Amino acid sequence: MNPSLAEGLSIVLLVAVLVCAVVRPFGWPEAVVAVPAAGVVVATGAIRLGDASAEVRRLGPVIGFLAVVLVLAQLCADEGLFQACGSWMARSARGRPRRLLGQVFAVASVTTAVLSLDATIVLLTPVVFATAARLGARPKPHVYACTHLSNSASLLLPVSNLTNLLAFAVSAVSFTRFAALMALPWLVAIAAEYLVFRRFFATDLDAPTAAPPTCGPVKIPVFALATLACTLLGFAVTSTVGINPAWAALAGALVLGAHALIQRRTTIAAIRAVDLPFLAFVVALGIVVRAVIDNGLGEALGRILPHSTALPPLLGVAALAAVLANLINNLPAVLVLLPLVAPGGAGAVLAALLGVNIGPNLTYAGSLATLLWRRVMRQHDTDIELAEFTKLGLLSVPTALVLAVVALWLALTTIGG
Amino acid sequence: MSVIAWIVEGSWPACVDAARRYAPADTDIVLLHVTSPEIADTAHGAYAGLLGRGHPERDPGATLQHMAAATAEQLLTAAAARLGSPCSTSERSGRPEREVVAAADGADLLILARDGDHTHLGPRSLGPISRFIVDHAPCPVLLVWPETPPTTATLPPPPPHHR
Repeated sequence: MNPSLAEGLSIVLLVAVLVCAVVRPFGWPEAVVAVPAAGVVVATGAIRLGDASAEVRRLGPVIGFLAVVLVLAQLCADEGLFQACGSWMARSARGRPRRLLGQVFAVASVTTAVLSLDATIVLLTPVVFATAARLGARPKPHVYACTHLSNSASLLLPVSNLTNLLAFAVSAVSFTRFAALMALPWLVAIAAEYLVFRRFFATDLDAPTAAPPTCGPVKIPVFALATLACTLLGFAVTSTVGINPAWAALAGALVLGAHALIQRRTTIAAIRAVDLPFLAFVVALGIVVRAVIDNGLGEALGRILPHSTALPPLLGVAALAAVLANLINNLPAVLVLLPLVAPGGAGAVLAALLGVNIGPNLTYAGSLATLLWRRVMRQHDTDIELAEFTKLGLLSVPTALVLAVVALWLALTTIGG
Repeated sequence: MSVIAWIVEGSWPACVDAARRYAPADTDIVLLHVTSPEIADTAHGAYAGLLGRGHPERDPGATLQHMAAATAEQLLTAAAARLGSPCSTSERSGRPEREVVAAADGADLLILARDGDHTHLGPRSLGPISRFIVDHAPCPVLLVWPETPPTTATLPPPPPHHR
């Protein structure tokens, strides 16, 4: 097939896949359009069969890793981990909203880093809302903190975000090296968000709270915490001896799953976290994106992308990644960027991750496409007040992004890329 | 006579106490609470941002909506109990400042607690929502302190040219 025709076809298919993923016509799973689209690019020769199967082999284990982490998170929730976090926050906030905000920042940052952003959004946010309500505090700053940190605190570990796992799979960086290089940017991004939140929500945080509720002692889910600690240790050990750290996550999930089964607690919710259509969607999206890159976009973008670990090029890569993530979503953005920045080394890959992970906080729905579609649909019959969330994003995203890139540059110069 | 007391998380007891103290005996007291849909919508949006995950039943926004409704009901029940006299309750959804102003249309008095930074008193110490309501309320407004009112000792020194 002639390259420009192949490129045109691939782009049309990519747009179709992304539009259907955002719109979800007839409530179809995203894979319903993505898998046939991948079939078309392979059948028409827009991507070589060998390249497509390489993409499947590369993405399959990545999604498997994420699925196991999601199960682990759900099992931790079943063990009462997030409820315990809620009780601890309610107890030690002592009726002071500012203290509560600090605790929400700590819990949400650690949850996102260890159990991925999905866990913070799906499992932690309701607990945080309930905790604020229990204290008689206004829930807005605390709930917004969860949504913001699910993005900007997903920098630390490869498991924190699907984007990180994808980058981890293409870069030569080990699990521990990834964490070492991203630790400072992670802390800096969280600190920047915290300062912005303290000022932005000053009125809500100044409001007095009702008398602190009397709550019993916090029931600590020791088994779940111990398993998580061992899993984290397992990540470090497996990566040092050269085994895929996904096995450590699987071991953790199996231990917690067995514990739940022995105690005869239902785990249907946990199994539901494993999602075959999701796996098929990401693999198919990866194949279509690969076709778009191989047929010309890669060459075009590769020419404008800087390959250096000096500060200005890193800032450029992060800014470009943030813009791309905001146009559609950070998942296709990272799939497009990775093959282009990977030759630039770990620094460029990690800078791109800072952009795609922190960037989506500009809009409350993670990207302009999703946002516009939600506006068109007027879902949930309310006209959400966009101005406030966007203003918060405009204050926090550039601040957190620039400071995090500077922190990454410092980490790269001290530890070495 | 009808009096509306705006019940907000944190500062509502002061509002109820003011209604008890200043509303005449034969008053229709309405306890008003406004739920802002933004909070649940933010959670909906965050879940929508997770591309490809499917499973609308895992969307935390729906949970938050239910929790917000339950919290509002508890708050109004607690406020009615503190008031200790016959009253009606009203639950609205929308931007609080606009909903409160709309609800106050035709009322004889609106009671609200001060919002904002109470440690640095001055032109900006009234929060933006209270400020909007005070500016646009279609009836007299009783603005109360959520905690003990400040003493006159908090008055800043007069500007030099007035000395």
